[in-house]
Amino acid sequence: MANILIFLETNNQKVKPVAYEIMGKLQGQNIETLAIGSIDEDSKNNLMKFGASKIHLIQNDQLKDYNPEGYSNAVASFLKNHSFDYVFAGATAIGKDFFPRLSASFESGCASDITHLSFEGDQLHAVRPFFAGKCLAKVEMTGPKPHFITVRPNSIGAPEKENPQSAEINEINDAQAGDLRAIIKEVIQGASNKVDLTEANIIVSGGRAMKNSENFKILDELADVIGATVGASRAAVDSGYAPHAMQVGQTGKTVSPTLYIACGISGAIQHLAGMRTSKVIVAINSDPDAPIFSKADYGIVGDLFEIVPMLTEEFKKILNG
Amino acid sequence: MNIFVCVKQVPDTETKVTPNSDQSFIETQSIKWILNPYDEFAVEQALLIKAANSESNVTVLRVGSVKDTEALRTAMAMGADDAVLVEAEDNLDSYSIAKALKGAIDKTGKKPDLILTGKQAIDDDCLQVPQILAQMLNLPSVSVVVGMDYESGKITAKREIDGGSIEVYELNTPGIIACNKGLNTPRYASLPGIMKAKKKPLTQMSLADAGVSDSDRKVKYFDFHLPPEKPAGKKFEATEKADAEKAVSEVVQLLRNEAKVI
Repeated sequence: MANILIFLETNNQKVKPVAYEIMGKLQGQNIETLAIGSIDEDSKNNLMKFGASKIHLIQNDQLKDYNPEGYSNAVASFLKNHSFDYVFAGATAIGKDFFPRLSASFESGCASDITHLSFEGDQLHAVRPFFAGKCLAKVEMTGPKPHFITVRPNSIGAPEKENPQSAEINEINDAQAGDLRAIIKEVIQGASNKVDLTEANIIVSGGRAMKNSENFKILDELADVIGATVGASRAAVDSGYAPHAMQVGQTGKTVSPTLYIACGISGAIQHLAGMRTSKVIVAINSDPDAPIFSKADYGIVGDLFEIVPMLTEEFKKILNG
Repeated sequence: MNIFVCVKQVPDTETKVTPNSDQSFIETQSIKWILNPYDEFAVEQALLIKAANSESNVTVLRVGSVKDTEALRTAMAMGADDAVLVEAEDNLDSYSIAKALKGAIDKTGKKPDLILTGKQAIDDDCLQVPQILAQMLNLPSVSVVVGMDYESGKITAKREIDGGSIEVYELNTPGIIACNKGLNTPRYASLPGIMKAKKKPLTQMSLADAGVSDSDRKVKYFDFHLPPEKPAGKKFEATEKADAEKAVSEVVQLLRNEAKVI
């Protein structure tokens, strides 16, 4: 049995669901969890439901805001008093940022953005994409323990079954953040209050055929009805129709939502690489030979400015009816 | 001011990737190599800072195979002063690369004031080297940077996080900044720039020279394979209005009843 720690990323004291995805693949192992700050009752109950034997909570006033060195130092000081074989986190903006630094402080390895994960006894089997998913490779951790792993949100899916435990809550007050040299002075909230593309369950994306940034509002309307986050192709971003934060593809974000609706996106190799692992793909394009159709489960050959509003109305009907 | 830019040479984004025969990496014979797109922002930022700060030197570093030196030549053609290439296989892990970069920086004998990198390389997409290097050199670092000001040893860096929100960091040099698209508009290498780059110094060294041994490999990647192809989907003709209504209604029904995602 392997000893495993999962770092919990929180949003308003709610644990991000990628932690539960990871836990679903760890049944039979000793699972402990660690957050910085506090987590709500709901999250505690979920962690126990999916097999956490301990919930460690680091309390440190210096870490009210995220800090790369502070998080790395505090988690390192906690890990030094324990002996974990594997330490997991979600491959989110925070996990991807401080896990490499943390792993280097142990001269251990870090495998990022794992998309397939299983254990055979206490042996980890993991797969990660290369070239934005054009190719996959298996991963072997050869450095000293603990091994550090980040897992891409939405790639594993919610646990198939529960594994109820009663977990001990352990408040830690002596985890040192150390000397913080790069400090956050301000956080500027993004225009959108929707879930980030990398964690979104449904994505509606627009390409060059959107013609301008104004027209993206028809995608916003569709997204509002089905609870989606709006993305864009590189062509649309390079033409100035959408900011880079919205770009899906090899030089943007790699996403794997349950449903991806591509509107006016032809399907360049670098875009397909970034969204091909989506569970279901719908493509709308006026060119019947557009490469995007080769990856689409459902393709509609037609004018997106006609089709998208129709889709919005049709979804409204079934979701309200 | 000693500015170092760490770059990687990667296959062009339009490359069709195929695993090699023993699946230890990919077929690299006929690949068009380019300077990693995110590294262009790092090179440009270095040149902007150099232009505003007299007596600055920009050194470009790369760890990778010698097949060609496209990435380093491009960076020098854009305006970097000199370059170091640490020869290594292309499928190295992030820890070994970071350690080789540290070794190469040490060998120059120059104390870094600022190290710039791309936020990630588009081959392995690990997003690890800047942070590992920062830990090894005991420096602060900010990753995924979309805005940066530098003035006499003080850096303000804007880091893009989830949902397009921005964290604004302040730090003093020395430090490491990992650059994202949006930070600046990289210049094109001019023809005179390309000619000049041919005469600029390019030092080559081995991994061993940079202090890296086999035991520095912490993660091994193997069994490279293509992802499974999806079976062909259903396609609906909807160029006429009547067809469009029918197609839309059918697709929505399929999403609900067949794919069960709505």
